[in-house]
This record gives sequence, C-alpha cells and structure tokens, in this order.
Amino acid sequence: MSANAIQARGVGKTYLGERALTALTALTDISLDVKPGEFVSILGPSGCGKSTFLRCIAGLERVTEGELQVDGQRVDGPPDHIGMVFQRDALLEWRNIERNILLPVEFARKPLKDYRARVAGLLALTGLSDFADRYPRELSGGMRQRAAICRALVDDPRLLLMDEPFGALDALTRDQMNIELQRIWLETRNTVVFVTHGIAEAVFLADRVVVFSPRPGRVADIIEVDMPRPRRLGDRETAKFGGYTARIRSLFNDMGLIKEPPATVGEVKIA
Amino acid sequence: MSTTLDKARRVVVGGTAILVLLALWELAVHVLKVRPITLPPPSVVLLELAREWRWYVDHSYYTLITTLGGFALSVVVGVGLAMLLVASRNFTDAVYPMIVALNSVPKVAVAPLFVIWMGTGYEPKIAMAFLIAVFAVLVDAVHGLRSVPQDVLDLGRVLKGSRLDFFLKVRLPGALPSILTGMKVAIALSLVGAIVGEFVASQRGLGYVILSAQGTFDTARVFAAVVLLAIMGMLLYGAVAWTERLATPWRVVHD
Repeated sequence: MSANAIQARGVGKTYLGERALTALTALTDISLDVKPGEFVSILGPSGCGKSTFLRCIAGLERVTEGELQVDGQRVDGPPDHIGMVFQRDALLEWRNIERNILLPVEFARKPLKDYRARVAGLLALTGLSDFADRYPRELSGGMRQRAAICRALVDDPRLLLMDEPFGALDALTRDQMNIELQRIWLETRNTVVFVTHGIAEAVFLADRVVVFSPRPGRVADIIEVDMPRPRRLGDRETAKFGGYTARIRSLFNDMGLIKEPPATVGEVKIA
Repeated sequence: MSTTLDKARRVVVGGTAILVLLALWELAVHVLKVRPITLPPPSVVLLELAREWRWYVDHSYYTLITTLGGFALSVVVGVGLAMLLVASRNFTDAVYPMIVALNSVPKVAVAPLFVIWMGTGYEPKIAMAFLIAVFAVLVDAVHGLRSVPQDVLDLGRVLKGSRLDFFLKVRLPGALPSILTGMKVAIALSLVGAIVGEFVASQRGLGYVILSAQGTFDTARVFAAVVLLAIMGMLLYGAVAWTERLATPWRVVHD
C-alpha cells in the first residue's frame, strides 16, 4: 500500500466521439502525488480538464490512460468514503439543512442518531447552527455552499474533493468562504483537492498549487506554498504571496492565456 | 397581518363582482324579456336547485365518485408508468410510441367502446375519466423524474447509495412538484371525462341530468347542473392545490 492519498501516473482521458475525428483528449500524462492531510489546489484556465481530473479521482469518469490510485487502490467507480462539493451546492430543496447534511449517513445506512452531535458540531463550525431546520431556499448562496461542505464532511471522509465550490459566489463571499474553508480544514485535516480558476484563491488555500495547461490538460508546474497558517486575507498583499501569484501569472502568460496590450497609454479605439 | 387582510379584500372584491354580474343577468332577462327556455334568470336556477336539492346532491355524488375514481386511477397508473419509463430504456422504447399514439386519439371517440365493454355502471365513466386524465400525470411525472440535476446525480454516485435509496430519497421527492402540477391538470380533466362518460350512457350523474334536461328543454335544470359542476370543479382543484401546499412545504407558493 502506498503512502499517498492520491497517486496519478501518466493519467490521460480521451473522450471518444462517434468518429475518430471527433475524439477529444481532455487530459494527458498527469503525474501527481497527494499526501494524506495535504491541501492541494488544481488551477487552470476554463476547459483545461481540471474538473475532469477531479471527476476521475471521484470515480465519476474513467481514465483512459495511465494509472490512478486513491489510497493505494486503483480507481474503478467512486472510492469509498470520499466527500465531494460541487460548484452549485446540489442541496436537495425538500430537505432542511440538517437532513441535507445527513444524506450521506442515510445512504450509508448508518444510524442517524450517532451523527446528531457531529452535525451540530459542523453547523457550529460553519456558523449555521440557527439554520438546521431551514430549507435551502431560505439561505444565501454562501450559506448553502457551507451546508454542502458540511454534508461532504459529515461522515469524516478521508478525501474531500471540491470542484470550483465558490465559483458561483460574489467576490466578498468568496473571500469569506476561503477563510472559513481554511478554518474547517485546520480542524478536520482531511486530504483536500480543490479545483479553481482563481489564482489568489488557489495560492491562499493550498499547501501546493498544481497548475494545469490548456487542453489537453497537463501539469505545467507545481508550486509549494510555504506560508504559515492560519493565513489571513491580508497575507495576499504580502510580497511572498505576490511572488507566487506572479509566477503563476507568468506561466499563464507563457501559455498565451493572458493577453495584455502594452502598458503605454495608446489611442483608444471604440468599435 | 397584511396577507390575511389582502385575502379578505380579495374575497370581498371577487364576491361583489359575482353578485353584481348575477344582478345584471337577472335584470337583463326581465327587462329584455328573454324567454326562460333560452336563458333563465339566476333566481329561477337557484329556485330549481333549492326545490330539488336532494336529487341534485344524489347526482352530484355520482359524478364526484366517478371523477375521483378516474383521478385516483390516473395518478396511480400515470406515476407508476412514469417510474417504469424512467427506470428502463427498453421499456421506454417498447411502450412510449404506443403511449404517444394513444394520446393522439381523441379520447372522447372511444367512449362508446367503453360502454360496449363495461356496460352502463360506474366502470365506463371511471375509465373515461382515467383515460382523459392519465396523460397529464404521466407526462409531468416523467419530466419530473428525469430532471435531476447533473450535480445531484454525481452526488448520488459518490455517496454510493442503493438505487432504491436514490430513487426514494432523491428522484421521487424531486419529482413531486411536477407530479402535483400534473395532478392539478388531471383533476379538471377527470371531471370532463366523467361528464363525457355520462353523456354517452347513463341514468345517473350531472352529465345525465344535463342531457335529459336538454331533451325536455328544461334550461333551468341544465344551468343548475352546470353551476354544480363549476362548484365541484373549483372545490376539487382547490383540494389538489391544498394537497400540493401540504406535500411540498419547501416551495414558495405563488397564487
């Protein structure tokens, strides 16, 4: 058994179209190790396959090349005991918040009463204690996503997969959620794979940032973020933090993803 | 509370409007000397209802039972079929074309057939009410059961629950709003089906009352039956709408 929570060796994913010409390679030659208890961000432009990679880890998609293991076992269908958070919270509208959070427990056919205390703890941790018996539609977007995180954590998963979980939130709420996710993670210390296209968010949260290239997705670089925790939002203005983001931005620049006009003030043309 | 006040206001305004309309109708019939055989004044219709209320209650009851029978059957069969259609692609491919073909037949046209098969009791009327209503339930239930968001489907797979758990805890409750919408349409259609059934062959029910009164040019009696049907239709719809509110408390209710 390997010591890695996730181990990818030359992982590739090709979607076969009806004809050979329409085949689409989403991922190619991804090699990556994630240690237990590590927080890894996967960062890349839209359509680079970062979500596809996450879905492969979750067993929702099959890899077509290479070897992908979760806890030393080849991924074949969703691994046991993982938690997943989606871009939209995927809460069930007809269940109150507590019952939503208990859904994984129900599906695992475990006794709900063993988890009441756990749910209460998670609700307190995410500031949702007063909303246990509310329906999702009564909550704001940020609160809903926090409830979705509680749901993912309720059965203490060994691996937490987050697919652009704050992508649909406004900037301020997103900052707040970053702070809270860090706080939750510092308490639970699950292994986390966090997919995002936000550079600052990726650096702020992660022990390591894995930068993907545009399609077909490849690992362009892996950046160790060596900053003490708990990090504060203000840390984003430090030179060190700026160094990380600048390095990533220049990577994106080299990939031709960021096109800026020259810095000199020129004639502005309005089409 | 302002909402209760608003409700009261709406009842008062709506009620007043109806009373004004009835008064105008009454007045117009007298002033213009319309023959009662063409259009009886509301007072005569009301008198007709009051005079023979027992008889009307009896016939209303018959139509009500027929309607509810057809409605219940349409919900059970409609939702059941929808579940099978959603569960099995083969079943869908085998059965769906037939369902579409059957739905495009004007259902009223087969009413005489039901009389041949089932006689002149409750059965052919319930069958007619069922046949007209079932497609509304079926279509909405299929739509509801199929419209589980991708995220939620993925969540179900990651949680590794049984198919039954996913169906009972996710698919079915998620489809409930759609199913109830279908039921609101179906209850109205069931009443239509019941009346059609009674038109074709019956000695009982409000459809029979209308048809026999037409035969004797008893226009007041036709109107009386129509009024009862209108009241019954509203009450039945209201009952389903009320059930909808009870069954789906998580939704915002728009009246």
